[in-house]
Amino acid sequence: MISPPLLYALIMLAAPLAMVVTFSFWSQNYLDLDTTITLKNYKEAWSKPIYRVLILRSLNISIMVTLVTVLLAFPMAYFLSFRVKRNKALWLFLITIPFWTSYLLRVFLWKVILGYNGVLNSALMGLGIIDEPMTFILYNLNAVVITLAHAWAPFAILPIFVSLERIDRSLLEAAEDLGDGPFRRFFRVTLPLAMPGVIASTLIVMIPTVGDFITPKLVGGTDGLMISNMIQIQFGKANNAPLGAALAIASMVIVGSVSLVIFIAGRWFRGRAQ
Amino acid sequence: MRLTRFLSKNWLLTYAALYVAFLYAPVILLPLFAFNESTIIAFPLTGFTTKWFTVLFESTALHQAVKNSLIIGVVTAVLSTILGTCAARAMVRFGFPFKRGIVSFIMLPLVLPEIIVAVALLVLLMQLGFPLSIWTVIGGHVLICVPFSVAILSSAFQGLDKNLEEASLDLGETGWGTFRRVIFPLILPGVISSLLITFTISLDEFIIAFFLTGTDVTLPVYIWSQLRFPAKLPSVMALGTILLVLSVLLLVLGEWFRRRSAKQQGLDPASGGGFMQ
Repeated sequence: MISPPLLYALIMLAAPLAMVVTFSFWSQNYLDLDTTITLKNYKEAWSKPIYRVLILRSLNISIMVTLVTVLLAFPMAYFLSFRVKRNKALWLFLITIPFWTSYLLRVFLWKVILGYNGVLNSALMGLGIIDEPMTFILYNLNAVVITLAHAWAPFAILPIFVSLERIDRSLLEAAEDLGDGPFRRFFRVTLPLAMPGVIASTLIVMIPTVGDFITPKLVGGTDGLMISNMIQIQFGKANNAPLGAALAIASMVIVGSVSLVIFIAGRWFRGRAQ
Repeated sequence: MRLTRFLSKNWLLTYAALYVAFLYAPVILLPLFAFNESTIIAFPLTGFTTKWFTVLFESTALHQAVKNSLIIGVVTAVLSTILGTCAARAMVRFGFPFKRGIVSFIMLPLVLPEIIVAVALLVLLMQLGFPLSIWTVIGGHVLICVPFSVAILSSAFQGLDKNLEEASLDLGETGWGTFRRVIFPLILPGVISSLLITFTISLDEFIIAFFLTGTDVTLPVYIWSQLRFPAKLPSVMALGTILLVLSVLLLVLGEWFRRRSAKQQGLDPASGGGFMQ
């Protein structure tokens, strides 16, 4: 029974991934593919400042996006789990509805909201809160962070919500009976027990952020361009697929190691709390 | 004063309301601009019109893109649900060597950035000299949809009573007959829910389609190409509005089927295995 899906995954996933790894050790001059094994692409990716800058920036943006998204999502998940008594499913459904429109349009609409003559600026100016349009919210890092904090919201809320739901409520009562105030109780009982969900949503948000090239392109301006934009350019206009493959693998390895560190740190935190 | 007291007492509720407003902010704008008279996407709104919808009905490029997306969506939904059914049944019912490894490998596309999946497939296809077409997009979409299908269907299989299958086999049905006449009707709501959700995912997917589509563009790739032309934007908003309504309808339908299946099997419909968890 398992063999058809396994076979499919092997052909469509394992084989292509193996191919990308091989490709990254090849080189290309316009249309000719040179299949001698070389580390040239990795050397180029490491030594040319542009690639290093883009990779580091992608990592930086991913970490910022993840922090903001998870911090914003946690109180919402907490609210859903501890304050909503009936109709939890309805609340969850309400949260997921905005995310079933075209992803492209959602990103584009943020551009409409954050722009110089955008919704936010005209509203704030109409209300007399600001005198001239704010320019620090579009075509830079902030815009990327806001847009992605929105785009990943349900992926951050749901894992945290699930882990909060699993917390045995009597533990919280016990902490209170033993003299913990609401703050101590939260940091010593609730948060450590919710940690698996927090870690899961951190990874779920961080990994695809590195791979996103639409948001940086639409709202990021030049300061917000990320490594995925460069990978896309190498496969497209620059026509240097081997370099693109090397960049893709380099960024995957870096994100993979950061994810591993976060995962292990989360385990350690939980272990210490128990 | 009463307001500040209310806010400090119910700060979590206030936060939740603001957060939901943040989530809905872009989506609310979609219908506003779709029915707005002006070509410029900005406030103030100038007047009510349905002309942007009329524009949509006259664009042949759009119709071709919709047709491609529908074909890709339907084929993807069917293929990934078949594969998902196999995987979910094997996972729930049988033990086999390297089970954890194999299952996590099938679920891997869930955590892999889509650009990696897209680039990897593109490289392989280029090497094999395979021409890009809607079939290459389908190949990529099935890959990322199978994990969702497995998640939905494994909860359907978990609720299945093993005795029913054994009874059917004891009474002389063949393995296939048992599947067709006993198992399949029982997991049918799960299957429908999986079909609807994988269809919706495929319909919205951009990155893989962008890399793997040849001249037959899909709907998101078409939208992407339109975003460059300011004059086309209002009709893109109109298109987005139609898509939003359709997606929500499909999802409500999918959720309804999932709940019905959960109820049939005597489970709590609000828990476990839906697309929302």
